[in-house]
Amino acid sequence: MLREIFTENHMESNNIVIIKYNAGNIRSVDFALRRLGIIAEITDDPDKIRSAGKVIFPGVGEASGTMEYLRQRGMDEVIRQLTQPVLGICLGMQLMCGFSEEGNTDCLGIFDSEVLKFKAGKVPHMGWNALEGIRGELYSNMNQESYVYFVHSYFVPENQFTTAASRYGLLFSASMKRDNFYATQYHPEKSGLQGELILKNFLKL
Amino acid sequence: MLAKRIIPCLDVLDGKVVKGVNFVNLTEIGDPVEHGAWYSEQGADELVYLDITATHEKRKLLADLVRRIAVNINIPFTVGGGVNQIQDADALLSAGADKISVNSAVLMNPSLIDQIAKSFGSQFLVVAIDAKNVDGRWVVYRNGGRVATDRELFEWASEVWMRGAGEILFTSMDHDGVKTGYACKELAMLSDTLSIPVIASGGAGAPEHFLDAFKYGKADAALAASVFHYNEISIPDLKKYLHENNVTVRL
Repeated sequence: MLREIFTENHMESNNIVIIKYNAGNIRSVDFALRRLGIIAEITDDPDKIRSAGKVIFPGVGEASGTMEYLRQRGMDEVIRQLTQPVLGICLGMQLMCGFSEEGNTDCLGIFDSEVLKFKAGKVPHMGWNALEGIRGELYSNMNQESYVYFVHSYFVPENQFTTAASRYGLLFSASMKRDNFYATQYHPEKSGLQGELILKNFLKL
Repeated sequence: MLAKRIIPCLDVLDGKVVKGVNFVNLTEIGDPVEHGAWYSEQGADELVYLDITATHEKRKLLADLVRRIAVNINIPFTVGGGVNQIQDADALLSAGADKISVNSAVLMNPSLIDQIAKSFGSQFLVVAIDAKNVDGRWVVYRNGGRVATDRELFEWASEVWMRGAGEILFTSMDHDGVKTGYACKELAMLSDTLSIPVIASGGAGAPEHFLDAFKYGKADAALAASVFHYNEISIPDLKKYLHENNVTVRL
């Protein structure tokens, strides 16, 4: 029943890099990839990030301090200029936007969207919520109304880049896409089988 | 719509899942990771692992176990027991716990809540509160319900929230183990007062009890141990029942 994840033959790793920075939950993403047979490299080396087949930009934390950390190391430019598939998760997605109300922070500007604070309901928005209007490659073979796991206090309103929405008092972007940049507000690495499918779909790009 | 969560709780002693009544007559029933994986397959939304290991030396095993859980389980999990200082919280976070639950330690030292919330974020911190109705006053207990404190449930819950807890796990000691339902009135008061999620604990004996906890108790999640361990209630059946009764659940 239990998958012997460290002993099975690993899939071709395809050179997946997880960006290492001062944010939590990097390990959770690493573990989730291992469950899929992928050993990713966790690194903050710009050359390794630029030459990776795919890049994952995870994150749990606070926007202003994290952006400051990335800027000081020139990582903001590195991420902006990536051309391979990139997946931002949670705070990673918010940092890919233009501006966040969290600490009034200028972010990476990959998505021309603002990140706002939830003003109603219990905050953080924590738990399983349904995806609505899913579209695009991340959702191949997935049903509408699939549930994924969220933990966040700030949100990105629906916009031209939205590829799935969720409802918490209002509709917000559960995921976005622009060119090679993909982003999820939810945590695919904690979203059970649906989350595994989304990660697999990203790895297949 | 945000789904109501169903959370099985697993008691862990020396690295094994155990069950028993009020920590007496404990029987070893297996591996925490295998049990967790099984619950995840059944549709559990989250897991709580409560470490009841008595000695400090054996507690060190906990970080290894947490890592093994994190590597193998694909849903969020909380680890409770043995967090007395911020270093303990850090160790569990590093091992891969999504959240930790604290109880007695923060009753002894409430500022630990502020410290943990500030260092790791409120979403990482669940504060568990055990309380009992003593002549109309809900008295908070510590040390697994063995020691009464001078705290009152609703005041303590508000303080815990203000200090930065991300969730409250409320166990009514009057209802715990009796299987006649959760303390819905108190749950509703907590849920209406606090702007963080409230997890109901103590009293589940039938599917209707979960429905009541969500409908009347306004709980965001419901936790249970024995009804799931002994397979008295199956999670798929429970979720189907809740769905049919207009509770939003992840199916």
